[in-house]
Amino acid sequence: MTQTSSTGSTGQSLASPTGTSAVPALSGAPRRAKINAKTLRTDRWWLQPLLTVVVLVSFIIYSTIRAFQNTHYFLDPYISPFYSPCLSSSCAPAPHISLFPSNAFFTPAIFILVFPLGFRLTCYYYRKAYYRSFWLSPPACAVAEPHKSYSGETKFPLIGNNLHRYFFYAGMVFNVILTYDALLAFRFEKDGGHHFGIGLGTAVLVLNATLLWLYTLSCHSCRHIVGGRLTHFSKHPVRYKFWGFVSTLNHKHMQLAWVSLFGVALTDLYVLLVSSGALSDPRWVA
Amino acid sequence: MSYEAKLRVWRGDADGGDLQDYTVTVNEGEVVLDVIHRLQATQAGDLAVRWNCKAGKCGSCSAEINGRPRLMCLTRMGDFQEDQVVTITPMRTFPVIRDLVTDVSFNYEKAAAIPPFTPKPREKDGTYRMQQIDVERSQEFRKCIECFLCQDTCHVIRDHEDNMPAFSGPRFLMRIAELDMHPLDTVDRKEFAQEQAGLGMCNITKCCTEVCPEGIHITDNALIPLKERVVDKKYDPLTWLGNTIRRRTP
Amino acid sequence: MTDLHNYDVVVVGAGGAGLRAAIEAHDQGARVAVVCKSLLGKAHTVMAEGGIAAAMGNLYPEDNWRVHFRDTMRGGKMLNHWRMAQLHAQEAPDRVRELEDWGALFDRTKDGLISQRDFGGHRFARLAHVGDRTGLELIRTLQQRAVALGIDVYMEHTITRLLTGPDGAISGAFGYRRVDGEFVAWQAPSVILATGGIGKSYVVTSNSWEYTGDGHSLALQAGASLVNMEFVQFHPTGMVWPISVKGILITESVRGEGGVLKNSEGRRFMFDYIPEFFRAETADTEEEADRWYDDHANNRRPPELLPRDEVARAINAEVKAGRGSPHGGVFLDIASRRSAEDIKRRLPSMYHQFKELAEVDITVEAMEVGPTCHYVMGGVEVDPESQAALVPGLFAAGEVSGGMHGSNRLGGNSLSDLLVFGKRAGTAAATHAKASMAASITQEALADAEQAALRPFEEKSGDNPYAVWHALQAAMNELVGIIRNADEVERALATIEELKAKKLSVTGGRAYNPGWHLALDLPNMLRVSECIAKAALERQESRGGHTRDEFPKPDAEWGKLNLICTLNDDRSGIALTRKPLPVMPPELAEIFEETL
Ligand SMILES: Cc1cc2nc3c(=O)[nH]c(=O)nc-3n(C[C@H](O)[C@H](O)[C@H](O)COP(=O)(O)OP(=O)(O)OC[C@H]3O[C@@H](n4cnc5c(N)ncnc54)[C@H](O)[C@@H]3O)c2cc1C
Ligand code: SF4
Ligand code: SF4
Ligand code: FES
Ligand code: FES
Repeated sequence: MTQTSSTGSTGQSLASPTGTSAVPALSGAPRRAKINAKTLRTDRWWLQPLLTVVVLVSFIIYSTIRAFQNTHYFLDPYISPFYSPCLSSSCAPAPHISLFPSNAFFTPAIFILVFPLGFRLTCYYYRKAYYRSFWLSPPACAVAEPHKSYSGETKFPLIGNNLHRYFFYAGMVFNVILTYDALLAFRFEKDGGHHFGIGLGTAVLVLNATLLWLYTLSCHSCRHIVGGRLTHFSKHPVRYKFWGFVSTLNHKHMQLAWVSLFGVALTDLYVLLVSSGALSDPRWVA
Repeated sequence: MSYEAKLRVWRGDADGGDLQDYTVTVNEGEVVLDVIHRLQATQAGDLAVRWNCKAGKCGSCSAEINGRPRLMCLTRMGDFQEDQVVTITPMRTFPVIRDLVTDVSFNYEKAAAIPPFTPKPREKDGTYRMQQIDVERSQEFRKCIECFLCQDTCHVIRDHEDNMPAFSGPRFLMRIAELDMHPLDTVDRKEFAQEQAGLGMCNITKCCTEVCPEGIHITDNALIPLKERVVDKKYDPLTWLGNTIRRRTP
Repeated sequence: MTDLHNYDVVVVGAGGAGLRAAIEAHDQGARVAVVCKSLLGKAHTVMAEGGIAAAMGNLYPEDNWRVHFRDTMRGGKMLNHWRMAQLHAQEAPDRVRELEDWGALFDRTKDGLISQRDFGGHRFARLAHVGDRTGLELIRTLQQRAVALGIDVYMEHTITRLLTGPDGAISGAFGYRRVDGEFVAWQAPSVILATGGIGKSYVVTSNSWEYTGDGHSLALQAGASLVNMEFVQFHPTGMVWPISVKGILITESVRGEGGVLKNSEGRRFMFDYIPEFFRAETADTEEEADRWYDDHANNRRPPELLPRDEVARAINAEVKAGRGSPHGGVFLDIASRRSAEDIKRRLPSMYHQFKELAEVDITVEAMEVGPTCHYVMGGVEVDPESQAALVPGLFAAGEVSGGMHGSNRLGGNSLSDLLVFGKRAGTAAATHAKASMAASITQEALADAEQAALRPFEEKSGDNPYAVWHALQAAMNELVGIIRNADEVERALATIEELKAKKLSVTGGRAYNPGWHLALDLPNMLRVSECIAKAALERQESRGGHTRDEFPKPDAEWGKLNLICTLNDDRSGIALTRKPLPVMPPELAEIFEETL
């Protein structure tokens, strides 16, 4: 007969780290079932990360080329989102700030893209996407990751992802600018004056701005800021309504992240095509 | 209607073990747990398996089926081709006891470490008044049946056993979120979440959400909001300043 | 060798009753251990769906304990222990509110109070609930409270024997640790049984693996008595298809939320089965029944919400008459009565359960349902105030105790029963421990218990425990089911005797060996089945959860009697005695005269 415990407080208390389920110390340290395979999944788990890599890499290549190209980003009244707000004189006669000579190595796009790029890099959804597909951490659920050690977002630089909300604020500013661009895209020059009109480019810019708004408003930080941080919704009925609205969008955040990304690239592509003369913009002007 | 299914079941204990092949009869509409029971009753009387309700309510029968963390009682044999081998292994993240049964005490320890619920006093009439919209968020998390599949699948500990002391896992980070959103609770656990429970380790890759049999949006509704709440407190200079000046919590 | 622990109070069972008892005993200053067969938080209570009955009057201020008491007694066909029913109705509201102090989040009314829903047999909307997962909320709340208090929990330990001293009083409990098969004993002057029910003796049951009647059997062996064992509740709505999920429960809330029962001809047949006893309070037209959901005051309740025994018998009769559904049940239809959103919001687990297990979308199709073994009204005979059994130091609370529900339990009355009597048992057990000398277990007693537990390993040519179990289940299901007759019950008793004589052998070692565990649970199932069968044979009337083909009506004389089971003199089987029902004091009897 072994007397292992005589007082309640030192028994197999749940609070004690030794034996919650009163499981005896099995010989030595506890050990996992010996299964060598990195995963026993039989489905095509690698497809998703692969697709993500392919699409994101294509986007990066395209946007890098376009960022350094520094031409064909404006055809009155359309401006490419990569180069808006317009920081060079290439956009005349549209509103612009001439900070950059049109032949500089550091193109305006490089400065502008920092913000949307930062916004997307710190976005909770894109984080998931690149951690999984680029860093393989993990490549898919229940598939072993290749790294020896792991500290998540606790150290520099990844701890910086906690500042996502500031990029969200910046994203909002950009949305205002791009909305302004979309409005300007209704203003066509004709006979020396400005006239209301609609071209295919107008539709493209409007669509792009809309998608960006939806993506930005569906942001997790946005959801938190508008109402998520409250404990008592019932005391803040208006913010609760907003929170509900953002939550609905937030359900689709992943889809919006992709669609709006394609939107930006295709908008730029459209401006490239029309401004280089490869395509002519069908339009109607009053 | 019935057919002979090919099963591979991991048998062994902490000292070793391997996948063993069995052929078992399967009838229409059966789930993996039925087949395991038939195996037990007819071929392997001592096959260790944990289960209680066989209705997806208690969260006892967690295992990995063809490599995916799932409840055996909610996985229909009909999901597999009749000639497909179905592989059943114990949860990988926890120490194995025998066959499909693992030692899940890790989870109970993490639960016990969370500072307990501490309510504000009742109203004068002896009741608590809470609006439905105020309790709904925490109610979602309280649907948890503690199957620990999310804990099992989370790569933070699944692939890095050394993180176990520093990381409570999605189930218990969600519990902290639940208390943080609880209309009656008065304790601030944000510091605890980040420093003791390892919230920063989570890289929001959503595997927990993918496997949750209760369909709880663990990442979107608990972990990310909790991260945002921690940012309010620890990383965002503006809200920090605002809260310090106003000295109140929202 | 046996690990030995010392406590004041040992609680066997970590369901609602066990945890509530442990919390209370701890609050009274006792050193408490909770011992349970499965992991903490997995006990059967987790499966309860509909709600906790308590006359809080949050929706109907007219509701109060007297109405609840009356409903409970009438539901139990007046065979309940009146004092238990009274304490239960009086104390349930406080026990529910207290859960909020520990973090429970019930669904709310517009005023921010705990919302309450309608259930069969309850005059007013009375069930505090969280969607259809109330049991989960209850057990998680109590579990988290117990953890916060630092109460010791021995998970996955099975008690196989209660130990008594030379004076017959409790001295502790003995069992094995499932993980490694080692033996453990707890020395304590007070033991509270909270082990739940017996459903695993039947094939078609809503009950979980744990329901092998251990507590009932342990109590008998320690010298205590069981009461009302003939009354087994068959819940009217279990799943019937696919076979593998046959018996899994469909909560009564489906009917509380507006679901109706139809036969293969599309008729709401419950209108044909309204018994005299409930005629005055039951709607007799579909129109009135449908109006009731929104206006309880001016309409009578739909017959679908009659007490469970009535509905289960009606379904049984429809199926027998050839008006059943394709898989031998009837149809439960909510799809045509509520919008898809409403169904998903109010009955999320039911929606989920049918989708996952039967590939049926209940927002579109009707469910096929049939009776399933659900709850045992019978249990350890206890003192209503303290839950003390005949054996000094032994207490019982929850489903394992008897008396409270009479011949039939109303839905929602179990969860409240767990809380009310769990707390009472906790107080009494702590008080008893304080007044007692330190318990001590002898070496011989331990050696004997160990030997008994190891017997299946020594037996080399015995039967496979799984086969014996399946034979018992088949016999009980077919011969001592929802409708009984003397001939069949006698055959069941003969089978039970046959199975009792079998020797069991198991393969493998002691570590987590389900075959061995079953071999140790089987004698409990057999003992409890014998109680049920013997009492069912004896009671020559139909009442609540006991229906005799030959005696289809209740009998006034039997209505004054309880049947008591104890072990017979040579401990080889069950002895039955008749005992007069305790008499209700006039001030309570009056309640049944009042028009409410
Ligand atoms: C599907 C379903 C739905 C239900 N819905 C409702 C409802 O809506 N409302 C309502 O009021 N009631 C409901 N009930 C009934 C109610 O859930 C049970 O009666 C109640 O939960 C029993 O609780 P308990 O505390 O007595 O036992 P349980 O919760 O069953 O706990 C028993 C405990 O005893 C332990 N145990 C058993 N034997 C041993 C042993 N030998 N050694 C050690 N430990 C042991 C077990 O491990 C377990 O921890 C429902 C029942 C079912 C099956
Ligand atoms: S989202 Fe976070 S907690 Fe969930 S599995 Fe991924 S890393 Fe783990
Ligand atoms: S959150 Fe979901 S997956 Fe995790 S333990 Fe709870 S029910 Fe299981
Ligand atoms: S979370 Fe994706 S943008 Fe904020
Ligand atoms: S056995 Fe309860 S969840 Fe599977």
